[in-house]
Amino acid sequence: MITLTVNGVDHALDIDPSMPLLYALRNHLALNGAKYGCGLGQCGACTVIVDGKPVFSCLTPVSAAEGRAVRTIEGLGSAEHPSPLQQAFIDKQAAQCGYCIAGMIMRAQALLDERPGATEDDIRAHMQPNLCRCGTHMRIVAAIVQAAQTLQGQAPGAHA
Amino acid sequence: MNPRDPLTPAVDDPGRRRFLAAGSLTVSFALLPGANALAQRLTEDAAPVASAKLPGNLASTPMLDAWIRIDAQGRITVYTGKAELGTGIRTAFIQIAAEELQVRPEDIHLVTADTGLTPNEGYTAGSHSTADSGTAILNAAAQVRALLLESAAGKLGVDAAALQVRDGAIAAADGRTLGFGEAVSGLDLHRRAEPRSPLVEPQRHKVIGQPVQRVDIPAKVTGGASYVQDMRLPGMLHGRAVRAPSYGAKLLDVDAAAVEKMPGVVKVVRDGSYLAVVAEDEWQAIQAMRALYQAATWQESAALPTPETIHDTLLKLPAREIHVGERHGPAQPAARTLHARYTKPYLAHGSIGPSCAVAHMEDGKLTVWTHAQGVFPLRGGLSEMLGMKPGDIRCIHVPGAGCYGHNAADDVAADAALIARAVPGRPVRMQWMREQEHTWEPYGPAMITDVKASLDTDGRVVDWQYEIWSNSHNQRIDNAGRLMPATFLEQPFTPAPPVPIPMPEGGGDRNSVPLYNFANFNIQHHFLPDMPVRVSAMRGLGAFMNVFAIESFMDELAAAAQADPVAFRLRHLDDPRGRDVVQLAAQKFGWDPQRTRRPGHGVGFSFAQYKNLMSYLAIAVELEVEPETGAVRILRAVAAVDCGQIVNPDGVRNQIEGGIIQSASWALYEQVRYDAQRIRSFDWSSYPILRFSDAPMKMEVHLIDRPGAPFLGAGEASQGPASAALGNAIADATGRRLRDLPLAAGRRLREYAQD
Repeated sequence: MITLTVNGVDHALDIDPSMPLLYALRNHLALNGAKYGCGLGQCGACTVIVDGKPVFSCLTPVSAAEGRAVRTIEGLGSAEHPSPLQQAFIDKQAAQCGYCIAGMIMRAQALLDERPGATEDDIRAHMQPNLCRCGTHMRIVAAIVQAAQTLQGQAPGAHA
Repeated sequence: MNPRDPLTPAVDDPGRRRFLAAGSLTVSFALLPGANALAQRLTEDAAPVASAKLPGNLASTPMLDAWIRIDAQGRITVYTGKAELGTGIRTAFIQIAAEELQVRPEDIHLVTADTGLTPNEGYTAGSHSTADSGTAILNAAAQVRALLLESAAGKLGVDAAALQVRDGAIAAADGRTLGFGEAVSGLDLHRRAEPRSPLVEPQRHKVIGQPVQRVDIPAKVTGGASYVQDMRLPGMLHGRAVRAPSYGAKLLDVDAAAVEKMPGVVKVVRDGSYLAVVAEDEWQAIQAMRALYQAATWQESAALPTPETIHDTLLKLPAREIHVGERHGPAQPAARTLHARYTKPYLAHGSIGPSCAVAHMEDGKLTVWTHAQGVFPLRGGLSEMLGMKPGDIRCIHVPGAGCYGHNAADDVAADAALIARAVPGRPVRMQWMREQEHTWEPYGPAMITDVKASLDTDGRVVDWQYEIWSNSHNQRIDNAGRLMPATFLEQPFTPAPPVPIPMPEGGGDRNSVPLYNFANFNIQHHFLPDMPVRVSAMRGLGAFMNVFAIESFMDELAAAAQADPVAFRLRHLDDPRGRDVVQLAAQKFGWDPQRTRRPGHGVGFSFAQYKNLMSYLAIAVELEVEPETGAVRILRAVAAVDCGQIVNPDGVRNQIEGGIIQSASWALYEQVRYDAQRIRSFDWSSYPILRFSDAPMKMEVHLIDRPGAPFLGAGEASQGPASAALGNAIADATGRRLRDLPLAAGRRLREYAQD
């Protein structure tokens, strides 16, 4: 048995320990956010947060995720109650096909958790591993900038 | 017409004769009565032909209830045969229907492409969706509204003209109201549409023209089930295919016994050289697939052309000659003649999500959930492949990852169908692996264009000779053999031979006729039926390459004429809407004809009207080429677009922005790698695309709205112009004209930047 802690909830799963976390999330926990894009850690569509760091869930065996805090986009908010970052993606209409977007949001969330007031330059550099094929880059950056500004305004001691 | 032309499929078409005789291909065509209807039929979207008298695709599906139904509770369902490919048409169509029915967008339930429910509108392709399906919905909704008012008038005993639709109900002047459900009672919407509709006047639009937020985005940013990849049906199995190592390889032997014993494996499916496995769990299917790859022995026979000389190879292939067009007029004598040749490599669609389908065979009926662009043509292909009646197959579109043309969506649907047939009763989810998607999808064809033009002493182009060499851009599902898996079966299917898409939309020759007022031109398309590499439709088809060549060469001619590139274009451009976007882009960019050139820093301009029939787009870019690395940094891109009446301005902007960035990626970085036998671009490291570091620092898209004018589509308008603007800016920055795509791959620009 493998115990995965996903979005704060423990799940005991009878699965192959070599199974990439991606397939455990999608097929055994019915979470849609993380996407199969390449299986090679080259595109970031599968990005989730493990112990505060963005990781490629397609390359991370579940055995390596055991005992660690896994966060997926489903843990941020819902369509009815989106998180500030999800709301920023809606406000900026930052999706075309949207297949890469859950991975984009999770990579960006990891940055904003660490640096709520990240600048546009920080954001562009941080997002480099993730690929978008529809060419939504301008809106993705704009959405993360908006969320960074919102979060900085909410941060303790903020002057805004 | 040219006697060399044995093809010229439309030569006997009176419409084509007239527009050729009229002297100006482009302008005169658009003015012909019925020209739009003709244009819509002779294109890659291939919706069935019926009456040309009704607006949009009402022409092919004239019954009102095929588009709009209202139940006794007043619930409104709108049907479109087009699919949501990530462009936002679901939202745009809801806006159109809401506007004409005068209800709120949230009151509209929209059903997209489904062979069991919707009109057959062929493929969702060619920027046709809003023009064809949107126009049909617009008119159908207006006519249904009028019928509802008439019916309500009878029930209320008042004059229909005295009724209004307010808050989702029909209101009389005396305060009485009637719901749509009551109004529709006794009203038969199974009736033919009329040629004319009581459309809402554009100045009274409340929903059309508004930046309504896309209805699909909230689910996509919160982990909702949005894609066919996210489908989970009860008892669903997972399939994976084992692909041949190269085109046409034969499966000699496979020891499947060990694989069949692997955990979760339900079946190994072998049919000739077709090999796949189906398992209870996706990870089990992948592991079994990997074991099968090891267990399979193939005989390879493919002989791919030498990549370094691919364009020479293409030039030597047998060609079917298509004379695209010509013009002869009085002109000053030529003072100077320029000649250039441009090349484009094979390009991959490269969707971020590998193709996926779910298929379920039950009681002899097959259901396929697919992200294919054409559910009806796919059904035809599957029917032939499986020997089933089309009526026993239902194909339902479910969004997938980004669609930029004919990718592996149809092929994976064929895979899913073949596996579902082997395990009847249980649904099968089939997804390709990244390396399968990269190596087996049909690419955008490699091309060569050659242009020779002459200037008079006043700097006017007096003659323009243009040639194109290209494979087909349309290997869509005309038969089962166009489904790649079907070509590997024990009884293999053969792909239908390539057929060129005739002008005015064209395939390889799309946008090959310059929109400029050159006194003389001649355009020849050398259509190459032999395809050494698997190819088909990719966003914009030939327009990407032809606009790159035409608009690059316009800059070369401008330089020879010592003219500013924008002024030079305007000198040759009569089309008022074309002039508007050129002037707007130049003005918003702050184009300065007097600027001082700085090494390593360049600006570039470009313009086209997509297909010479659809959206107008002009773009200016500013970029830097870093001398140490040759890296291109796009500082800003400023575009102006006229796509007719705008349904959703933010949707148009999103499409244009995305098109600019994707075109930049194609133009600067992309080419499919291969060797003598195999495709070697199998992942994102062997097929690099644009990343965040390469994205423009700033982008502006300015819209020219034309209320009441026909919808012209926005999905492909920027593919051509963006590439040439970048090439022109690189030439401005480096002093070197690059004519072979990709412009900035590898370290190519470093040597120029250091000159």
